[in-house]
Amino acid sequence: MFEKIFQWLDERLGLEAIYGAVLDRKVPKVNWWFTLGSASLFLFVMQGITGIFLTMYYVPSPDKAYDSIQYIMNGVAFGWLIRGIHHWGASLMVLIVFLHMLRTFFYGAYKYPREITWLTGSLLLLLTLGMGFTGYLLPWNQRAYWATTVGTEIAGTVPGIGDFILRALRGGSDLSAVTLARFFSAHIWLLPLGIVLLISVHMYLIIRLGISNVPGEDE
Amino acid sequence: MAKKSSSPNLSRRDFTKIVMSFLGSIMGAMVGVPIIGYVISPALKATEIDDWVSLGALDSYPIGSPKLFSFTRTKVNGWEQTTNSYGVFVVRKSESALNVYSNVCTHLSCRVNWNEEVAAYTCPCHDAQFGLNGEVLYGPPPRPMDEYEYTIEDGNILIHLTEA
Ligand code: HEM
Ligand code: FES
Repeated sequence: MFEKIFQWLDERLGLEAIYGAVLDRKVPKVNWWFTLGSASLFLFVMQGITGIFLTMYYVPSPDKAYDSIQYIMNGVAFGWLIRGIHHWGASLMVLIVFLHMLRTFFYGAYKYPREITWLTGSLLLLLTLGMGFTGYLLPWNQRAYWATTVGTEIAGTVPGIGDFILRALRGGSDLSAVTLARFFSAHIWLLPLGIVLLISVHMYLIIRLGISNVPGEDE
Repeated sequence: MAKKSSSPNLSRRDFTKIVMSFLGSIMGAMVGVPIIGYVISPALKATEIDDWVSLGALDSYPIGSPKLFSFTRTKVNGWEQTTNSYGVFVVRKSESALNVYSNVCTHLSCRVNWNEEVAAYTCPCHDAQFGLNGEVLYGPPPRPMDEYEYTIEDGNILIHLTEA
């Protein structure tokens, strides 16, 4: 029965072929460091899912952001768990993505023909840091407020266009409701969209080029 | 794993399948239960109301025709105070007998008004009409207007406001 349904679908969708290309690839003899990319992907998906559930109660407005998070922590069943996973997962993701980059660097995996994998990877690291920066403001507590004050101030020290960057980040000269709203928008729409697009390219290249070997002694 | 074991015991493959589906169900529950709980928990919160609300002096209500009394109640929903407004019609039949009706239409909860010309409570939403004593005269409502329990204390009317 299921066999038949599967066959019918496979004939039209080429499921076996997708499975073969994506999961049944030939892989050189590698080690545990090669799991860090998959770990990054897993963490991104997990942040996405927990983040979606957080938006069910979180409100990005200066007078309600803090209260809505208090409500998630104390008023909603398992709110502490969903927020906790998102909170700790954020730091873990930065760490894992960074270690993944070190792995590909020290194994020379960025070399021809994988330069674009490296390039998209670098952008992914930047966007991941951007997620951390924008997410940090959302609780709208003292720490969030001052961290963002300092962070945007640092961006403001760029020679020449610094002041413009600071205003663009804050949406004006002050840290305000406008800042909170645009950080929220970047955190849930712009940056994740960029990450999804870049991961698509990154993964396409991994499937197309295969995984590199562990370099030998003489390489 | 080349060919199926012919021994009467559980094959290695079947054993793995059983263990995997068992562990898989446990992991599914560990993820699923918190998420479902998280989504539906506000629906399960009891925000009960059980109050006696004063409608003012009995003498301030005329005998014979309904008079509207409005008041508000606030309760906490999530991170916010929600203010709900209530309207009740006080109908004094005589010096001591009276009825208090909710102005919430029993059809789909629009608010009804007393219309002197047709001597009925009329609903703006689907044209329902209720008589002076709350009975359905016309339209879709499934039951008469809801009534409040009341007492009179020191010449004041108090109604019993309950909500689950
Ligand atoms: C959101 C962040 C990222 C995700 C989800 C991700 C995902 C992956 C995955 C699943 C692989 C397969 C091989 C492996 O796991 O080692 C991979 C390979 C690779 N990644 Fe990433 N990555 C990310 C960030 C980065 C960064 C920051 C860099 C470097 C700047 C990078 C450079 C590479 C390179 C060069 C390869 C090819 C490795 C090889 O062929 O041996 N990636 N990535
Ligand atoms: S709500 Fe009153 S008639 Fe439908």
